[in-house]
Amino acid sequence: MTVLNLLIVVCLSYVVLLFAVAFGADRAARLGRGSWLRSPIVYTLSLSIYCTAWTFYGAVGFAARSGLEFVTIYLGPTLVMIGWWWTLRRLVRVGRSQRITSIADLISSRYGKSNLLAVLVTVLAVVATTPYIALQLQSVTLSFAAFAETDPTATTLPDMQSTALWVAVGLALFTILFGTRNLDANERHHGVVMAIAMEAVVKLCALLAVGVFVVWGLAGGVAGTLERIEASGISRFEVSGARWVGLTMLSAMALLCLPRMFQVMVVENEHEDHLRTAAWAFPGYLLLMSLFVLPIAALGLDLLPTGANPDLFVLTLPLMEGRDGLAILSFLGGFSSATSMVIVAAIALSTMVSNHVVMPLWLHYSGTAAMVSGDMRNVALMARRLSIAGVLFLGYVYFRISGGGTALAAIGLIAFVGVAQFLPALMGGLFWRGATRTGALAGISIGAAVWLYCLFLPSFGPEMVVPQSVFDHGLFGLSWLRPRALFGAEGMDPVIHALMWSMLLNLAAFILGSLLSFPLPLERLQGAQFVNAVEHSGTQAGWSGGMAQSEDLLIMAQRIMGAHEAQALFAAAARRQGVAGYLPEPGPDFIQELERALAGSVGAATAHAMIAQIVGGTAVSVSDLMAVADETAQIMEYSSRLEVQSQELARTARQLRQTNEMLTHISVQKDEFLSQISHELRTPMTSIRAFSEILRDTGDLGPEEQKKYAAIIHDETVRLTRLLDDLLDLSVLENGQVDLNIQSGSLTGLLDRAVRAAGGETGDFVIRRDRKAEQIELTTDLDRLAQVFINLISNAHKYCEAQPAVLTIRPEVNGTQLVVDFIDNGSGIQASKQAMIFEKFSRIGVSKAGGAGLGLAICREIMARLGGDISYLPGQKGAAFRVRLPLEIDGPASQQGRSKEIRSKETDSP
Amino acid sequence: MSPERLPVFLARRHYRRRRVADAARLLPLTGAILFCLPLVWKGSPEGASTVGAMLFVFGLWVVLVVLSAVIARHLRADETEHPARDGAAEERPDTS
Repeated sequence: MTVLNLLIVVCLSYVVLLFAVAFGADRAARLGRGSWLRSPIVYTLSLSIYCTAWTFYGAVGFAARSGLEFVTIYLGPTLVMIGWWWTLRRLVRVGRSQRITSIADLISSRYGKSNLLAVLVTVLAVVATTPYIALQLQSVTLSFAAFAETDPTATTLPDMQSTALWVAVGLALFTILFGTRNLDANERHHGVVMAIAMEAVVKLCALLAVGVFVVWGLAGGVAGTLERIEASGISRFEVSGARWVGLTMLSAMALLCLPRMFQVMVVENEHEDHLRTAAWAFPGYLLLMSLFVLPIAALGLDLLPTGANPDLFVLTLPLMEGRDGLAILSFLGGFSSATSMVIVAAIALSTMVSNHVVMPLWLHYSGTAAMVSGDMRNVALMARRLSIAGVLFLGYVYFRISGGGTALAAIGLIAFVGVAQFLPALMGGLFWRGATRTGALAGISIGAAVWLYCLFLPSFGPEMVVPQSVFDHGLFGLSWLRPRALFGAEGMDPVIHALMWSMLLNLAAFILGSLLSFPLPLERLQGAQFVNAVEHSGTQAGWSGGMAQSEDLLIMAQRIMGAHEAQALFAAAARRQGVAGYLPEPGPDFIQELERALAGSVGAATAHAMIAQIVGGTAVSVSDLMAVADETAQIMEYSSRLEVQSQELARTARQLRQTNEMLTHISVQKDEFLSQISHELRTPMTSIRAFSEILRDTGDLGPEEQKKYAAIIHDETVRLTRLLDDLLDLSVLENGQVDLNIQSGSLTGLLDRAVRAAGGETGDFVIRRDRKAEQIELTTDLDRLAQVFINLISNAHKYCEAQPAVLTIRPEVNGTQLVVDFIDNGSGIQASKQAMIFEKFSRIGVSKAGGAGLGLAICREIMARLGGDISYLPGQKGAAFRVRLPLEIDGPASQQGRSKEIRSKETDSP
Repeated sequence: MSPERLPVFLARRHYRRRRVADAARLLPLTGAILFCLPLVWKGSPEGASTVGAMLFVFGLWVVLVVLSAVIARHLRADETEHPARDGAAEERPDTS
């Protein structure tokens, strides 16, 4: 097998291994195993996507051209990391507490959840990152070509373009598969993080292996290596001060601002404490990555023929010496660097594009936004997937157009300057309360414009985008507008020149804009939150809402987060508030919690807009204003506390009033029931009496008539017995004296039985079932459970007024719990009645008197005995009931214990 | 700020922790200044050699990594003991 074929095989197996690692990690995380996935070491390794192929191959090339200067690219991040107490700690804390999904989201959240700002940041990030992705594609194809050249048996050289295309397609596939598993961008992508952590180890080992080979294998030890460096063309330390300081600063800024770094550092951060480890481990990693760069560069300059591409020394040195294994390892190192960067960058950019560009547009054009029907979750996920494919496609197109020339190699630093434009708005937002949206918009726009004009567009070369005349005489012939000598700053290094002017003008515009404008209330609140993140978590803009909106909120949340997560969130909030069911009081705390949860999926600006559509405006309360004004006068604090207390009182009073209403209602119902039960008892009694009198007193009745009257008497007694049975059943259940008859059986059989007993399907009553999902074995009192099902099915039959009535039965296993939903397509139950339906004697729709209103009360008691519950599920199309019970009921002993306990509690309570 | 909220004397441990945090803040500044030192050597008549600068930069780098590890360790050790100690002093926001 030739080296090239071997390389292809190794490379493909490596890709398979990556998929396996990502898949395994995702699986482990889903099953709740794998606490090691959340270790600080994995976090630190994931940060290593800072070292892209540009640094893996390019650092040696950089060193071969300008000596020790290459190290500045690593010194900046080192300084930022060891200074984590200043900035990163705050950044990560804000990111976690506000459920930030990207750098665009952070900046937009800070400045009053402005989507305009988010779009600006997104566009700039895409413009700056696309060439960088192209650079990674180029490095993979170049290194592949380097192998092909040394292989004499290879008849045809692999086509550069097709290699790049395959790499791009593979990366898109991987990223879509593992990067868009869940909508909540704030959730961790364990698979992706694990894969890039593994790639981090591979690239470090590869570079160290090549370094060890060069130092001890080629140069004969440390002393020999130092001699070689002294003898090489880079022996003098001739770095310009401006570039040394400027590039260090630039790389430090880039570490904070690069979208992909923000993704792994802040968004994927599992625990703030991980920063402590990363604070020394990541600088250590960078140190090891750059340790052998100078020796490799010096030896490469010495041993390889002049004119060899110094960017590929890492690969060509082992190849030249015939160390094919080492060369393949080195190739894998470069491959890892390129792929991990592209994957994370694509995830970061796609989150930004879908949350800040696609979703707002979709919401805008799909009509009435938050309340339209249909699942938005799929739209958002699809938007994200398409964005990933789009970003990679753009990178590939850029690669094709630029032709993979040397212009591309310089793009690394150019991209750094581009993203550095976020820094004033980012840091100003974290540390300066006075920073405003206007300032941030002005700063980023002007900085980006200067960057485009002075660095990015000229980087394509004269006459490509910018005409030569502009280079020589400036825009419109104004000599102070020459792109390489702005304001007459001639003779400067182009990168430093652009960095200086763009940052100075950016900063000036940011500060001036902030000083001259006046922020909106929401901006000021967010500012207070962000700036004081470390000291205390402060208050946010309060929402105020009424009960009627709870259900709307649930419907919206279900569509974005998925029914499961939304219901769990609402139920948990309701439990905390002490309210039964799924609809919590929409107090400010709850709405804020919901907004943050939504922000994790669609970004802060969109989430805010959607909630505002339902709830109305934002109410700024006294305590919020206090946070803005920063007046810590105790009197204000006291009054705000009073306000909180009075709100609390009002809420309690409202709950009490509700309870009182319910009690009164029940009392009225009880009276009604008593009169009704008397009526129900008297009607059959009357006819029994009448007909038995006829039978007794009338002598000449024919046998036909006798039979008829006896049948009537029999029917009436059956009716009486049924009523008394129900009453008895309920009282037995309530007193906990029931013996459960525990059996095992399948849910399918049970439902079949229940449907049959409830009268089965008829022309105008259709039951939709999912027989595949019903293959569930359960151990419980099947007869009692069947009784509940029969009741629910016949209720739907009786009360659902749709034509035809359709009842959907949807079972689902949730851990050790079985959840069965019964949803019909009728008009549902009014919110005001929902609390009442499980009460005894309650009947909805008096006109359709079917039973005595005991059915659901009995169901509730049965479910409590089976260790589960039954509840009304709001937010569906029609009436919906959710039955929940354990798949396997506790042993009879504990069951008895529990019923005894219930009994004693009940006897204690009066 | 009333004197009652910010006492003049802090518990010894708390005082120590604040000084470690100060050290954590100073470390990057010190590093940044020292990393610029090779630029000064260029002025000497015989110029600076890459090997010399390289040894200095990498040596300093190792020292910074070690110092950062030590500081991070101490900041962690102190914070885990946080809830164990008397509450009143801890309620106060860290003035970082």
